[in-house]
Amino acid sequence: MLMKTTSKLNSKEVAYLARLAALSLSPAQLRDLETQLVSTLDYVRAVQKAPTENIPETTQVTGLHNIWREDVVDKTRMFSQEQALQNAKTTHDGYFLVPAILE
Amino acid sequence: MENSTFIESCYQNIEKYEGIINSFITLRDKKEVLAELASLRSSTSPLVGLPYVMKDAYVSKGLQTTAASNVLKGFIPPYDATVLSKLKKAGAILLGKMNMDAWGHGASTENTDFGVTHNPWDPSRVAGGSSGGPAAALACGFARFAIGEDTGGSIRNPSAWNNTTGLKVTYGRVSRYGAIAYASSFDTVGPMARTAKDCALILREIAGVDPLDATSASEPVPDYVKLLDRDLSSLTIGLPAETYGEGLNLEINNAIQTAVKQFQKLGFKTRKVSLPISELALAAYYLIAPSETSSNLARYDGIRYSQTRDLFTTETMRRIMTGTYALSSGYYDAYYRKAQKVRTLLIEKYEEALSDCDVLLMPVNPGMPPKLGQLLNDPVENMLADIYTTSVNQVGVPSLALPAGFSKSGLPIGMQLVGKKFSEDLLLALGHQYQEVTDWHTRTPNL
Repeated sequence: MLMKTTSKLNSKEVAYLARLAALSLSPAQLRDLETQLVSTLDYVRAVQKAPTENIPETTQVTGLHNIWREDVVDKTRMFSQEQALQNAKTTHDGYFLVPAILE
Repeated sequence: MENSTFIESCYQNIEKYEGIINSFITLRDKKEVLAELASLRSSTSPLVGLPYVMKDAYVSKGLQTTAASNVLKGFIPPYDATVLSKLKKAGAILLGKMNMDAWGHGASTENTDFGVTHNPWDPSRVAGGSSGGPAAALACGFARFAIGEDTGGSIRNPSAWNNTTGLKVTYGRVSRYGAIAYASSFDTVGPMARTAKDCALILREIAGVDPLDATSASEPVPDYVKLLDRDLSSLTIGLPAETYGEGLNLEINNAIQTAVKQFQKLGFKTRKVSLPISELALAAYYLIAPSETSSNLARYDGIRYSQTRDLFTTETMRRIMTGTYALSSGYYDAYYRKAQKVRTLLIEKYEEALSDCDVLLMPVNPGMPPKLGQLLNDPVENMLADIYTTSVNQVGVPSLALPAGFSKSGLPIGMQLVGKKFSEDLLLALGHQYQEVTDWHTRTPNL
């Protein structure tokens, strides 16, 4: 959760956003992004003046609902283990090697 | 011209001009391409043997796909995007994968990790974006046609700045399967070429429902080519007054007014309509698109594929963080949800404008292609380049960008015809009939 609503982003909030977005940024990058984010948000805040009482939200424009397919495996579209691993930087015995989460 | 001769001439142009333009990220070897041409079986498709290029935003089996980002550098996809499978089946020949703003984030093809693409009409200026590589390549005669991708203007903006023709389709008209997602509810796959007629030929091949893309539309695909010459004389073209006001370059305005007279000479009625949305549409776009991209780009964690996230450009990081902010607890209602309500208002405004006419004629860009470096790291200037294009994506309607003339200094000027959903046939016919009586689209840069 972010800190209470403030009119301007501060550096602590920018650092927190970077952490939420899984971006590790240097102090210089954080400073640059803070300036850029402030001017971006100043611009996009224009939406808040729009009269939207009783206006529903639009999330997509296809008019489609619940597109299903048969629950069957299409073997022609399956990857071999080799294909699945071909772009991984680190593998071990035919598996993806992932960073440890728990100590 | 024989297809092999045509392909040879494309490679000759590439050899001569690519050093100045830098439109390719991956160029296929000529021998391999000619061998593929020789191995084609006879086909009834008019695209058979035609060389084309593709924005590097689509996965291609066995061929590096980067989205112009170092995060995907070296990525070799294990499958093909649907648009690529369809073109392979039609016998079209892929020459390479093209430069763009990384992940579609930009309007200048400067936000790329593979070097900026230069505008063939003035190499000290940007080619536009995000599909800048494909548009510049078409202007230079590197290929017969291209596949671009348009989320907020990415086909139309570079088409206008390179004197080429490009179609942003109705959302869902062409399958997005295998397209690297920027903003999933806006992303569209579309043709780019020198003429509306070529766009019609390509769209006929690539449009249609795809079981692999649940958002693709099942509406029947008309024969866009056959419909090009039909009688459209009862048609009314609407001119949204707000798009011709403050903020529009005077030379662009004058060129489009000349085009209006040309359309009137062809027998079409024109009338002023109102579309009072520009700033609001841009603000909503720059909340919803970053929100969707922050979610879409979360998958690049460097485990199954891709490099690490520190390789995103500052532009992309800013978009991810803007989206993360708009979606975060405490800000969601004021930004993301509010923008989605504004999106509903935009749809209503377009419906109103299009109830008084059949199509809208609007500018594509507010100004001429900027000098290199002018848009970089200036988020607001960067956003304003998209002022006439982003609303079209939010509403989901189609738009055809086509050449409308030149500035005194010799820079190309474009305009866009915007229609109701699934009116691509109408836009292409109108564009084609305009191109039959004008010659802007035939002009090529003097490199």
